[in-house]
Amino acid sequence: MKLTDRDREMLDGVDGEGVALAMQVLVAIGRAFDAEQMCDISRAHVALSNQDADIWFAERLVAGGAVCRVPPTVNPGFCLEFFRHLPGMTPQDMESMERTETAYRALGAQLTYNCTPYLQGNVPRFGEITAYSESSATPYMNSVYGARTNRESAQSALCAAVTGRVPIYGLLLDENRKGQVLVHVEPTLTDEFDYHLLGYAVPRKAALQTAFIPVFTGIPGNVSPEALMNLGAELNTGGNVPMYHIVGVTPEAPTLEAAFHGEPPKERVVITADDLVEEQQILSAEGGPIDFALLGCPHLSLDQLRAIADRIGGRQFKVEFWIMTSFYAKELANRMGIAEVIERAGGQLVPDTCIDQVAWKHLAGKKGVTDSLKGAYYTQRRDMDFVLRSVGDCVEAAIKGDAS
Amino acid sequence: MTAREVTVVGCRGAAPGRASGPAVVSSDAICFYLVDPPTGTVIEAGHAIEGRAIAGAVLVCPGGKGSSVVQADGLYQLAKAGTAPAAVVVAEFDTVLVASAVVVGVPLVRCAPEDFGKIRDGDLLDVDSDQEVVTIR
Repeated sequence: MKLTDRDREMLDGVDGEGVALAMQVLVAIGRAFDAEQMCDISRAHVALSNQDADIWFAERLVAGGAVCRVPPTVNPGFCLEFFRHLPGMTPQDMESMERTETAYRALGAQLTYNCTPYLQGNVPRFGEITAYSESSATPYMNSVYGARTNRESAQSALCAAVTGRVPIYGLLLDENRKGQVLVHVEPTLTDEFDYHLLGYAVPRKAALQTAFIPVFTGIPGNVSPEALMNLGAELNTGGNVPMYHIVGVTPEAPTLEAAFHGEPPKERVVITADDLVEEQQILSAEGGPIDFALLGCPHLSLDQLRAIADRIGGRQFKVEFWIMTSFYAKELANRMGIAEVIERAGGQLVPDTCIDQVAWKHLAGKKGVTDSLKGAYYTQRRDMDFVLRSVGDCVEAAIKGDAS
Repeated sequence: MTAREVTVVGCRGAAPGRASGPAVVSSDAICFYLVDPPTGTVIEAGHAIEGRAIAGAVLVCPGGKGSSVVQADGLYQLAKAGTAPAAVVVAEFDTVLVASAVVVGVPLVRCAPEDFGKIRDGDLLDVDSDQEVVTIR
């Protein structure tokens, strides 16, 4: 790979050991993928996780004096203020998040703690070169905005943020953005939950098992941002799908031919209404009495919070009802009286928090209801059992205490 | 097992370094999160090398799978426990696996399909990511 003089200086430690370490990682990635050179990025998003390797690597960069040239937005860990007094939280649990916060603050990251930066706060124009980790974010950037990012890891995105550079390979190149698998969706999708199911069903039904780019037909033109958020999150969790096209909807797919760059599809898949029903049955725990509801993987938007408040209609939840959301949406929900409606029913709006965090350990061994297949998948190792339902049905289940 | 002739094949280096060890060959991609740190044993249900230890071995597998968070943390936990593989040889790179190996410091190379197929379980491998050669003994 050809490095500029400036790249070489960063690699050689002129900007300190932290920047040099970040550059070493990027050079290794560039070499692995036969990149010819690097280019600047305009934005980054880091899938901060508050796991040991995340803390260890961020602290190494800090110790080497690194500060992000392109301040990235970051994923949620858990909200210190919210969970500090919850039963079961140990000083060690709190210390991990405090260390994460200290390290990322020193790196100059935007401490947004939100996994939907593409809905607010870190929104690109068409064609921008960026570095986004987080499974729901990478496909949204590539597909919905036509911005460009590879399927970055938390660490590679952080290195890109520190140096402001990425090697040019993969989805940054035109020829690698063409569709490969034609996916026709037969049923008319009406609820955002359908897109969770669709996203998980496609990698399961496709024969191609490596990374691929699906091209959808049959998705309505007025599909909501939240539906696309769910679709990307599940495509990239159930499979390895960093980008998709929707013919007539997404910017690089005005026509079927454009989506495939004029080439024939490698594979054709049809998704039926039965496929979606089956997907829900495979992944959901058996219906019945529940102990809690936990929504917001990815973080629920303001529109989704408002729909929940409308649905409640003055009734009361029988079980704990937790909603993970961004601080932006929570603040607006407070101002608009939406939060008050949810809280009066017994629900809680939790900012800055991910489902896959130690903060939820008080729910271990219990049965909950959620709308997120991704959330249910990642929490298997935390001993949480989930019935999968639409957001509206989750509200009804929590009011009854039963998700039948 | 009969002794093999020594074969030297080229490779593409990603994570730098040199290491040697017996090959543990898997037909499934690896997610390091589903390897047990105290023992270095693959615990993923139904995995091609479920129950086998990769600690100190050269792991030979098609590639990586799993989110960036779990792959990096999985490999980090193995390295911390001293049960990480000595090196990893794959048929296909992905960004998450490359970044995880570089950050944790485990040599990682890719072999072309015809060379990848020459490696048998139990072969002694010398992996040199810097010189981009793999020696099969």
